[in-house]
Amino acid sequence: MTLAGWIFMVLSIGFVVSLISFCFLKVLSEPSAANHMHGPADIDTHDLDT
Amino acid sequence: MPKPKEQWGTRLGMILAVAGSAVGLGNFLRFPGTAAQNGGGAFMIPYFCALLFLGIPICWSEWTMGKYGGQFGFNSCPAIFGVLGRGRVWRYLGVLGLIIPIIIYMYYVLIESWCMGYAYMYLTGGIDLGTDPGQFKEKCLEFFNGFVGANQDGLMLQGSIHSSVVIWAVVFAINFFFIYRGVSKGIERFCMYAMPLMAVCAFVVLIRVLTLGTPNPELPDQNVVNGLGFMWNPKPVDAGFQHRYLWPPGPFRILYDPGTWIDALARPKVWMAAAGQIFFSLSVGFGVIINYASYLKKKDDVVLAGLTATATNEFFEVCLGGLITIPAAFLFLGIAGAQATGNFDLGFKTLPIVFEYMGQPWGRIVGFLFFFMLFLAAITSSLSMLQPAIAFLEEALGTGRRGAVAVLGLVTGCGSVFVIYFSNGLKALSFLDDTIGTIMIVVLATVQTVLFGWVFGVKRAVQFANTGAQMRLPRLFPFVIKYVTPAYLLFMLGMWCRTDLARYVNLVRSDNVVLLTFLLIVVVTVFLLVLIAVGGRRWKAETRDPAPARGVAPATGGAS
Repeated sequence: MTLAGWIFMVLSIGFVVSLISFCFLKVLSEPSAANHMHGPADIDTHDLDT
Repeated sequence: MPKPKEQWGTRLGMILAVAGSAVGLGNFLRFPGTAAQNGGGAFMIPYFCALLFLGIPICWSEWTMGKYGGQFGFNSCPAIFGVLGRGRVWRYLGVLGLIIPIIIYMYYVLIESWCMGYAYMYLTGGIDLGTDPGQFKEKCLEFFNGFVGANQDGLMLQGSIHSSVVIWAVVFAINFFFIYRGVSKGIERFCMYAMPLMAVCAFVVLIRVLTLGTPNPELPDQNVVNGLGFMWNPKPVDAGFQHRYLWPPGPFRILYDPGTWIDALARPKVWMAAAGQIFFSLSVGFGVIINYASYLKKKDDVVLAGLTATATNEFFEVCLGGLITIPAAFLFLGIAGAQATGNFDLGFKTLPIVFEYMGQPWGRIVGFLFFFMLFLAAITSSLSMLQPAIAFLEEALGTGRRGAVAVLGLVTGCGSVFVIYFSNGLKALSFLDDTIGTIMIVVLATVQTVLFGWVFGVKRAVQFANTGAQMRLPRLFPFVIKYVTPAYLLFMLGMWCRTDLARYVNLVRSDNVVLLTFLLIVVVTVFLLVLIAVGGRRWKAETRDPAPARGVAPATGGAS
């Protein structure tokens, strides 16, 4: 593995870990986040209505 | 003052809801194969460019467009495009948001069934690579080719029905059972809580891969560090490529030497593959996010939710998927083996060898858990792929949910059997993934970006996106989504047309299976266009035309 390879790997993983940490910290520190944020898994698509 | 425990529980649950939907086969199976085919480490440059300038901005724009369309009571891509674009043309362009999830589902459910099949085989001891490590590679490839019928067309349906076809039928039926009974949310919520187990499994496999050292002492170069190097070292796309690229066209052209890794940046197909991978794994340019966002309330957050889903997806893809499969493929298959593969099959050809090196019974247990978790991750994605088409069929035909499910089951079932039948070299699957899962996704993303930034208006869109957002959109976002993203997409498409379109057309003309697969795409497209025309008349008759006159206010009770 070359020096450039190590740099690419460390920067890529570092960027992704920083991004996910930022998001999780933001979610956990915002008091009203849980009431207004939704992922497809918990969005009600009215499956049982029809 | 410490926060109440319930509040933390709700927030963690919400993170899982956002993250659980983001993880799928794209992270563990498609990403490593695509990276290996497109230059390994060099692929990461267009990959991260695509994430920053395409994936995240388009993700935010899709959540916003969907939420806006939902305020008018519409949930399908053609209707929402009609609302945003205020024109019939946009409504018809919305067909892209239906073709993509429907056709991807046709082959995605097949790969999902392979995961289920491998999990079942590990549980029952059906995968036996023997005791000689020198034979693991051959036996693993032999098992995979036999399981998917990769040696001959029609092998899976000749004489007696092959066991993998039975598993596919079971998985297909499970998907439609959940959708038909309207309880798909149940399985999705279950999978949401199964995600941490998936992460634990992936970490166990990662640690095993990274501690494999040099599995074959006769091939000292095939070690873990070189495996990581194969993934992360920037290098040319392929050594056999002899042409020199003049890029960009025009007065600023630079001659790239194919012997250096900069060459990868001059290959449009690499940029297309990177964008396709970002879109595929984030479910951006699918029509899926638009559909789900249409069920949100006006005050719901779309900015932080979209970014959190993206970040989680990237963590599973780059930090876990990228560090497991490619180094493992390099260790056991070497450079040629790791590169000469389809988009999805790399994991099936390498991970069983990793599990074999874990020793028994741990290899079997981890193998079962890993493929079963992969199946669970896949089923959340496949269920979400069906939702946009069901919403459309309900809106366009006015059928109940069950009628829509029946029509969709027939269409996707026929398509999936087509992919199973033409299994030789997985040609039909690969062509569908190259056309729909790579090119068409980029086309839809381009259409959406133009609609969002130029037709709907970026100022109005940003204002609407920030309504209820826990984190405001970055100040740079309007500039990026209006100029950078569409320019990036159009340039990429233009370069692809210039360098790869002729090859693509020749492929369709010269290979009968590819031609038939292309015709399958055409037939599905025409069918959906007819339904959009029917839907358009129906919406007009109900005086809820999705292309209303300017100044019409959103319906207040349309969205849930």
